[in-house]
Amino acid sequence: MTDSSFQTGTQVGDETDSQTGLMLAADGTPLKRSLARALRRQKVRALLLIAPLLLFVMLTFIAPIADMLFRSVENQIVSETLPRTVAKLDEWDADTGVEPGIETFEALYVDLFVAAERKLHTRLGTRLNYEMTGVSSLFRKTGRRLDDFGEVYEDQFNALNAAWKDPKTWVALLAAPGWTTAQADWAKTKKGAEPAFELRPGVAMMLPRTAEAYSEFAKFIQEVDQDSPTDEDPWTLVHTALYMDLTTPGAAYSGPMPDLIAEARTAAVNFTKFDLKQGFLDADKDWADPQVWATIKTYAPKYTPGYFLNAADMQLTPDGIEARPENEQIYGLLFKRTIFMSITITLSCIMLGYPVAWLLANLPMRTANLLMILVLLPFWTSLLVRTSAWKVMLQQQGVINDVLVWLHIVSDDSRLIMINNQFGTIVAMTHILLPFMILPLYSVMQTIQPTYLRAAKSLGATNWTAFWRVYFPQSVPGIGAGSILVFILAIGYYITPEIVGGTTGTFISNRIAYHISSSLNWGLGAALGAILLAAVLILYWAYDKIVGIDNVKLG
Amino acid sequence: MKLTKTLIAGVAVSAAGMAFAASHGNMANELTLVSWGGAYQSSQQKAYVEPYLGMHDDVNVVWDESSAEAVAKLRAMNEAGNVTWDLVDVVASDGIRLCDEGLAMEIDPDEDLAAAPDGTSAEDDFGDLLVSDCFIPQIVYSTTFGYRTDMVPAGVEAPSKICDVFDLEKYPGKRSLEKRPINNMEWALLCDGVAKDAVYDVLATEAGQQQALDKLGTIKDQVIWWSAGADTPQLLADGEIFMGSTYNGRLFSVIEEQKQPVAMMWDAQVFDLDGWIIPAGLPADRLARVKDFLTFATDTQRLADQAKYISYGPARLSSAPLVGKHAELGIAMGPHMPTDPANAKNTFLYNYEFWADYRDDIDAKFQAWLAQ
Repeated sequence: MTDSSFQTGTQVGDETDSQTGLMLAADGTPLKRSLARALRRQKVRALLLIAPLLLFVMLTFIAPIADMLFRSVENQIVSETLPRTVAKLDEWDADTGVEPGIETFEALYVDLFVAAERKLHTRLGTRLNYEMTGVSSLFRKTGRRLDDFGEVYEDQFNALNAAWKDPKTWVALLAAPGWTTAQADWAKTKKGAEPAFELRPGVAMMLPRTAEAYSEFAKFIQEVDQDSPTDEDPWTLVHTALYMDLTTPGAAYSGPMPDLIAEARTAAVNFTKFDLKQGFLDADKDWADPQVWATIKTYAPKYTPGYFLNAADMQLTPDGIEARPENEQIYGLLFKRTIFMSITITLSCIMLGYPVAWLLANLPMRTANLLMILVLLPFWTSLLVRTSAWKVMLQQQGVINDVLVWLHIVSDDSRLIMINNQFGTIVAMTHILLPFMILPLYSVMQTIQPTYLRAAKSLGATNWTAFWRVYFPQSVPGIGAGSILVFILAIGYYITPEIVGGTTGTFISNRIAYHISSSLNWGLGAALGAILLAAVLILYWAYDKIVGIDNVKLG
Repeated sequence: MKLTKTLIAGVAVSAAGMAFAASHGNMANELTLVSWGGAYQSSQQKAYVEPYLGMHDDVNVVWDESSAEAVAKLRAMNEAGNVTWDLVDVVASDGIRLCDEGLAMEIDPDEDLAAAPDGTSAEDDFGDLLVSDCFIPQIVYSTTFGYRTDMVPAGVEAPSKICDVFDLEKYPGKRSLEKRPINNMEWALLCDGVAKDAVYDVLATEAGQQQALDKLGTIKDQVIWWSAGADTPQLLADGEIFMGSTYNGRLFSVIEEQKQPVAMMWDAQVFDLDGWIIPAGLPADRLARVKDFLTFATDTQRLADQAKYISYGPARLSSAPLVGKHAELGIAMGPHMPTDPANAKNTFLYNYEFWADYRDDIDAKFQAWLAQ
């Protein structure tokens, strides 16, 4: 409601409460409140009307983009897969130049064993391989060998007492009595899921490593294998853990089966030992490389600037942020090239589109319509077809070169190279994006009164002055709209540069596509995408400051 | 002889299939296969999908031509918790990656795949080609060079060695190479005097990588870089290039089907594998159907049949003797197989382990080098 109608309303229809001076509506409520309510209702109705669209845009556009961009800093995989190792590495100093001590190897053994059973170690290997070449196969190879590490102990425990072969022995030693009863009740009916395994209170003090290893095992068996720890032999990890608990001094054991434990404790001293560290080094000598450990440590935090640094041709090293070696720097070049080429394409679209739009706006209706169809026809043709057509036109054995050779303008052995380079990309993309320039220009030019030009001329302006001082300023909003459309479309283009760009005409989006679909380095792809988005927003902001976004008209 | 063998294999397979069906209860009737489209997919369609559908009236097969983006799409599907694919055709390196990422299911060759007709276990029949726990190879293909016979300079013998690609004086003209380091780096080192068995040791070092790029640099301004398998055949047919690398099956169709003046140069061809993976986490009924189909589609006869439609070698040892003539052209396919002894005098096998480690690193350097 506008002010004037408000005033009219009060004067004509509404009573005024003479005592309080409040204006009342017909139903007696104060007019102000009544009005506010009506306005609110209108707003809610408007909001409800656009709610489906809003929801749709949020769900299918904003949320996925936000999720994707979030990956550019997300890095939980390291600390989630190797929690114990990461904790131990906190105390280790990469500058010492030696690999960390045996406790870290023990922690890694537990982490990696669990990860390998859950098939997560190769995933982590792939992640860290982005930062250090060779980690992928290091994790894969080691994952295959881990099972053998503890076999020595498994065999010796089993030889010592047959009770160790029975999964029930382990359950009796380590499970909480409450869980054992609950499990037995469940086993009668097997309805629903088995109750989640619980450790016996106190056992974590007496046999800390065993308790930890066994609960990891029980969790895995229940969650992943959908089996019961009462039926499955524990991992060799558990045997190794028990051996280590028995041979290191700790709290006295006071649980069930004290004889079995006492017997094992006595015998374990003379067990054949397995050197864990040596086992890792035998699996892959790279475990002795402090660089590997430093990489794990550097990428341990849950959030990392690493992807963004990579996207800016830098890298996160244990010593801090460094520039990448020169022969690996590429993204800076590609960003600059993308922006430069997009600007060139936008300018050539203006140059080509302006006269066409002018013709469209000024020709008689019939001819203009025919021209319009010519503009729209390529618009309706598949992008791939148009790009491939340019290949046929521009290649060395293509139409243009053939014509030039036939006309003896160029000789047969010095045919022009017009494709698989920047030139080819600019030509093909200008053609493809031209309608996005012509259409807004045309709709703006249609609104420009031809009488203005005539008036200018009748007042003595030359043709050029009349155009430049009168016509052109009125068409600027169209140029603005067309330029924004073309530029923003161009900056994210990827199919055309991929097909006709060769090596010098590719865009940053081609690298983003590579990282999303080929190298699976989604973090880096997201970081590059985030930078591209930021660049577009900054340019948009700059445009608004310099030209003013109010000056953009789409029709 | 061949007919009886086919019959026996067919009966054995359908019996095995029925036994399987009986033991696994109900199977889904919808089967979504992911492949590459084009001639390759139609060879699969004719060699084993149509026969399988002939045996199972109630099954409906849907094709999705997404193999080129399979790894990324499968990862996205997995994260969304809604895997709509049942069986995915990928190259071996992608199969390994999907296995590493936990996106593909591990299979037991002896349990899930049919034994050879002579009783050899599937594991032995596929042999070394089982490069990953999740990957069931179908075909061996190779990346090799083809050249235009009419562009060979007068008085010079036709190119026959890989190093002829790098010899611009003797063989002037444009070349096309794939826009990635894999294969190109190996060829460059090989032609820069590195012994064949030392190639990967050299390529693992900074200096070796630079050496390979320098060698490629000698022909860089004469190279058109391709990213789709169809590019080189097109460039050859248009006379845009003198020689170029691509998949041997693509060259076969340029030479034998389109009758272009193009010849193969098998020297230093790089073998690679293409095969199936089963996405991880399929529900039981779909998994049962997939396994049933997979057992059929990768048996000895089916893999040999595929070679009737496309010039890629079957991945089973026992299939090789069964390879016959092309279904439409009627020419013997044996000599067109990359594995044929006459073609396989000097070959590489794609080094999966090396490239799994070095791919990201060398690719970054390669792309930076390309962009300069």
